[in-house]
Amino acid sequence: MELSANDTPTPLSALRKSELSRIGSKRIKGFALVGALLAYLIYVFFAFDIMGLAERARMDNAAILVSDSVTHKTHVTRDNRSGAISVAIEGSRRATYREEQIPEWVTLEGQNAEIILRDGHRVTYEGALITYHHPAFGPIVIDTANGVDLQLPQDQIPGFINAASNRVSITTEGGRLTVTRARTETMRYFFGWEMFFFDLESPFSGMSVSEVLASVVSGARLDAAQSNLSLMVSNVWYNGIWRHGDVFWALTETVLMAFLGTFGAALIALPLAFVAASNFAPSRVMRFAMRRVFDFVRGVDALIFTIILSRAFGPGPLTGALAILITDTGAFGKLFSEALENVDNRQIEGLASTGANAMQRSRFGVLPQVMPILLSQVLYLFESNTRSATIVGAIVGGGIGLLLTQAIQTTQDWEKVTYYIILIVLLVIAMDVLSGWLRRKLIKGE
Amino acid sequence: MTDMTRSAHDLTGLDAIRHDYLRMTRQRQLYTGVLILVFIVLMVAGFDTADSRNAGGFWEGLNQIFDFPADVISEAIEKAANLPGHIMDALPALIETINIAAVATLIGCGFGTLFAVLGTRGLALWPALIPVFRRITDILRAIPEVVIALVLIFVMGGGPVPAMVAIALHTAGAMGKLFSEVNENVDLRPVEGLASVGANWSLRIWLGVFPQVLPNYLSYGLMRLEVNIRASAILGFVGAGGIGYELRNAMTFGQGRFDEAAAIFIVLFVTIVLVDQISSAVRHKLTHGGQ
Repeated sequence: MELSANDTPTPLSALRKSELSRIGSKRIKGFALVGALLAYLIYVFFAFDIMGLAERARMDNAAILVSDSVTHKTHVTRDNRSGAISVAIEGSRRATYREEQIPEWVTLEGQNAEIILRDGHRVTYEGALITYHHPAFGPIVIDTANGVDLQLPQDQIPGFINAASNRVSITTEGGRLTVTRARTETMRYFFGWEMFFFDLESPFSGMSVSEVLASVVSGARLDAAQSNLSLMVSNVWYNGIWRHGDVFWALTETVLMAFLGTFGAALIALPLAFVAASNFAPSRVMRFAMRRVFDFVRGVDALIFTIILSRAFGPGPLTGALAILITDTGAFGKLFSEALENVDNRQIEGLASTGANAMQRSRFGVLPQVMPILLSQVLYLFESNTRSATIVGAIVGGGIGLLLTQAIQTTQDWEKVTYYIILIVLLVIAMDVLSGWLRRKLIKGE
Repeated sequence: MTDMTRSAHDLTGLDAIRHDYLRMTRQRQLYTGVLILVFIVLMVAGFDTADSRNAGGFWEGLNQIFDFPADVISEAIEKAANLPGHIMDALPALIETINIAAVATLIGCGFGTLFAVLGTRGLALWPALIPVFRRITDILRAIPEVVIALVLIFVMGGGPVPAMVAIALHTAGAMGKLFSEVNENVDLRPVEGLASVGANWSLRIWLGVFPQVLPNYLSYGLMRLEVNIRASAILGFVGAGGIGYELRNAMTFGQGRFDEAAAIFIVLFVTIVLVDQISSAVRHKLTHGGQ
């Protein structure tokens, strides 16, 4: 591109012209690429039926999800036939208030009850008559003596009442009431996660933090058989609603799947990688065969292995670990053999000159060279496998993935779903930190 | 090595060095030994725990491992005539799976690029917010796709969109990190040159940074596409659309429709191998050929 003084201006203008046309064609190519991308996105827009999605999306579900993940509700349920009334958190049998524990906003008298909801709303059960006292709308009476008979103070049925011939439900900002022939159920919402530490079975239930601390430090024994501290720990651990012990085990299972799968795969792949590496392969045929095995294992998706293995081993963490193990053996085999092909031969030759055999040459000549690369790959995959183990767990039925899918499928326990998601994210971040720390420690040396 | 003029003092010095070296080696061997021992204990104990918590045991399962593949293959061979038809039937679902992965990769890489540029020192538009964007990518990376997919399925109903959003979010996090590592090695001189002629931030990035990093971005993006196709197949299995969903339907039906399952296995295998080959060929061209 040097232009000396005696050059005629023609090359310059020619250069200019050719450069301009190059930029022009590049620009056209760029526009064509953007156009193709846009066309593809428009196609997908219709293929995925994004327009229809707006109709199908259940925004009420989203609202339930958001509100339920930070609130809980208490059900006051009456069996209309027997007249028995129970007060239970989330309607769960394990979280039913005993008689002396019943909260002050519920008054029970045999078959009758008065339930104070929020914002001046109130529900009364009087024999067969259920009355919802709405502060703005007026009293709504439902007679269950003969079917479910709705009597309104006004003619029109307002939007917050959903009435059918055998079922009435009223949903307001104060709470919810559903009445069928068999059951009357009132729900009041409260902020926060219910009984996260102690369920109603626990003697600590309803105590404040300072009361619990005081009783642990100096209180009289609540259970003669054990100290208050061990009682507290066991009450939290065996909490009937949150099941912290089971959740802990589920998390352990998930880590276990990732650990066994990743490191087991690395142990199996290492010797195989020697066979597949061109500079160590005993024969070209074996090298070719080993490479195709790795390709095949990587090609068969983790999903397929997971399905096959869960048929043979049944649900559980071992199945998940084996699924990760087999999938990763293919990946590690390829990565390791590539690392082995890049080793420096001089160290190996030096060892050979001192009469070292093949094992010794590999141990002292090859492994020290490749170990840092292999370890960093293994640790990197360990971290990413913790995430995969959640999905694999959801399919094979083990670990936190199983708990999460179960909680989501009930579409009730959104506070638990939130709890599990937080735990999973914390676990993955912890694994990330741990694998980074190990990498620095083991590879860069201290 | 032997030097006639070396004094006795030197020899003891050599001995000391030799002694120190051997001591150090022994210590290192001890540490390595302890580390390996701990590792072996962890592996064995872990295996034992996993085995005891599994529904079926390891050794019994090992004998049955080929039962299911054998069932599927024998049924597929028996009904070999149906296979081409089943493969054709699986194609729409396959296209959906690929579309999910492709769109998620595109969107994820787009957001990843944004996070990477905003989270790299020297390139960020608001340097004070660099840690914020880095934490966002960390969190996006940490949430497994299945979590977002399942929650979105509850809100949006089944179909490709929940899976697409879930994979795109995760991709944005993963690419944000990889791309920002690429950005850290960018030559800043073109950027400064552009700044000196008055180019604004977006022009500096567009003309000064992207031409340098684009090959690397593309190469990472293609690798991600492979990963995302697998992820999209798996998410289908837990309820989002695509080939995974078809596979689960064929599987839950059990014996009698295994030929359908076999066809889906084949389609999935071929697709993954094909994408793998194409992407590695393109990546090879990007890093070695080109120019």
